[in-house]
Amino acid sequence: MSERRIGVFICHCGGNISDYVDVAAVRDAIKDEPDVVVAETTIFACADATQTDMVQAIKEQNLDGLVVASCSPKLHTFTFRGVARRAGMNPYTYTQVNIREQNSWAHTDDPAGATRKAIRLVKAGIAKTRLSTPLHPLEVETTPATLVIGGGVAGLRAAIGLADIGLGVYLIERGSEIGGWVAKFGNMYPQGRKGSKLVDELMAEVEKRSTIKVFTNAELTAKSGSFGNYKVDIHIGGPKSMGISLNVGSIVVATGFDTYEPEVGEYGYGIDGVLTLPKFKALVDSSKGSLTYHGRPVKTIAYIYCVGSRQPEGNAYCSRYCCAATVHASLEVQNLDPKVHQYHLYRDMRTYGKYELMYTETRERGSVFMKYLEDTPPSVSRNAAGQLVVTTADSLTGGQEVSIPADLVVLVTGMVPRKNDTLINALKLPVGSDGFFNEIHPKLRPVETVVDGVMIAGACQGPKNSSESVASGLAAVTQSAAMLKKGVAELDPMVAQVNAEACTWCGLCEETCPYAAVAKTEVDGREVATVDAAVCKGCGGCAPVCPQDAIDLRGYTDQQIRAMIENLAEVPAL
Amino acid sequence: MSDTTRVLVFSTNTISDPGIDLAGSRHLHYSPGVVVISVPCASGIKPSWIVHAIETGFDGVFIASDGDECSYLTNCSARSAANVQKAQETLQERGISPKRVRMAAVCSVCAEPFQKQISEFVDELAKAVV
Repeated sequence: MSERRIGVFICHCGGNISDYVDVAAVRDAIKDEPDVVVAETTIFACADATQTDMVQAIKEQNLDGLVVASCSPKLHTFTFRGVARRAGMNPYTYTQVNIREQNSWAHTDDPAGATRKAIRLVKAGIAKTRLSTPLHPLEVETTPATLVIGGGVAGLRAAIGLADIGLGVYLIERGSEIGGWVAKFGNMYPQGRKGSKLVDELMAEVEKRSTIKVFTNAELTAKSGSFGNYKVDIHIGGPKSMGISLNVGSIVVATGFDTYEPEVGEYGYGIDGVLTLPKFKALVDSSKGSLTYHGRPVKTIAYIYCVGSRQPEGNAYCSRYCCAATVHASLEVQNLDPKVHQYHLYRDMRTYGKYELMYTETRERGSVFMKYLEDTPPSVSRNAAGQLVVTTADSLTGGQEVSIPADLVVLVTGMVPRKNDTLINALKLPVGSDGFFNEIHPKLRPVETVVDGVMIAGACQGPKNSSESVASGLAAVTQSAAMLKKGVAELDPMVAQVNAEACTWCGLCEETCPYAAVAKTEVDGREVATVDAAVCKGCGGCAPVCPQDAIDLRGYTDQQIRAMIENLAEVPAL
Repeated sequence: MSDTTRVLVFSTNTISDPGIDLAGSRHLHYSPGVVVISVPCASGIKPSWIVHAIETGFDGVFIASDGDECSYLTNCSARSAANVQKAQETLQERGISPKRVRMAAVCSVCAEPFQKQISEFVDELAKAVV
């Protein structure tokens, strides 16, 4: 085997790795491995300055292999392939070794064990890199069109943005009306304008653009093809029910949210006068002059925050938008009738950013805030006189019990993921433990999913207010531009390859491939198998099928995996 | 030592490996004797790799498969299981317990199930082999 020149960088990740793994010991354990010419530790491998240093090291030391031991490959494979590319090194001779998610974080209870494991993992990464070969991605032409799923504000704004960068847009909406939740809203924060008006304006913009086609009562039923060239099947319901197929390069999922529906009896839910936040918002929006409920004037309102959110059993997450939405609603009430008494029973106020100003304003205008603790939640009942009463222990006055007679009790309910099993199955969308769709990384790749070319935007990804939803819709536009405006996409070069000398053509590989990527060909007068790199998806499923062991998956060759196994098997003495 | 029992896990890049990542992100502990090689699809795991791992010194091999979630092959589970069975047969022929190889589906958010399954497997191997 020819000699290689490999650089190894071991990341502290601040302390995420180095608090548990002795990274200097890992470096010392691998620095004398054959072919390793650079072995360094770094505080943050992904920092710009470190990347620049790596580029320099690759050039100066004339490296032909790179190993970065840091976080999960899902986060930074592309980052460090980029480093390799900028240094003039083939990006596929780079190997990322996961010593954070699959090591330091999983073994915070065992630093010595984690350090020994890191050494095994890095040695295996070096072994894999030593056997790497330069690979070159295939380029395929992409379809300059995007499918947007969901006609709420995120989807509408994304559609407009996509059209403006010159991509064709198909927007499908499952319901019969465009506009989603926002279309039903009156005055909204932070725009200070009516939701219905915002949607009207967005729709007017959509109608100006002939390259946007809108379908209502439409659902995606199937997806085939690959990134850059997806074929999607759409079922359109209604009186003229039919199915259509569309060709698109990318897909933006903006299917929105549902609201939490409390159980009957949860904080008095089910008693007349106990409303969820969306119902209360609708009541306020439809009120002219003073606020009334069933014809009776509303003089006192009690809000109970965090209903259905931040629960150890059930929805563990903070729904983010509800504090500000409730504070905004209370300001709307004050605008209708400044004499209404408003009591806010909260666990923690999270009117982040400039929404803090609304929080200050509602207090200045008379809203009273009382903090309750998680283990002593308020209770809601009707007293003998038929009056709604909320009882709470006010933790800011030493837990003193306070009873508040109220005309309305508003349960501040959050967002919950929407049921979308057909879509999830068709697109293979990754769903998080909270039930919302998962991005690859909340900061680094916030709208991309593990499915290439399928992006998520708006509240289907997690609770967001309307402006945050629109912002993520625009992020999906930018990402689509990056993917599709070049006109060509790079296909992963990690596809199957046949060793023609070993192949005796039995046809089993052709039979086993559902993509028809393998075919018979003639080489030097012999019939052998050949793989069409543009069609092969890189699953490697044909490799174990071959009786001659003549098929390898590039990047995961037999030699590479066996070398990794041998290096992982040996536990270092430490 | 905590890593006396050595287990090689084969995971898949888009389904089970994210599940194993999530276990770590939640600081769910399991033995550091467990190490992972991630491949695109469980159907591509060669029986010879499993046998090689056992013969090189691993106490067990755990295939964290995609179950029905595989984005490549609709029959991924059946194909992967057939490969695993081949490896088990080879091991048995060589006088090695086929129970040292186990396959289970691990989804992309199956953090707790992974921790539970792998810890049980490590415990069983420690009792049987050591």
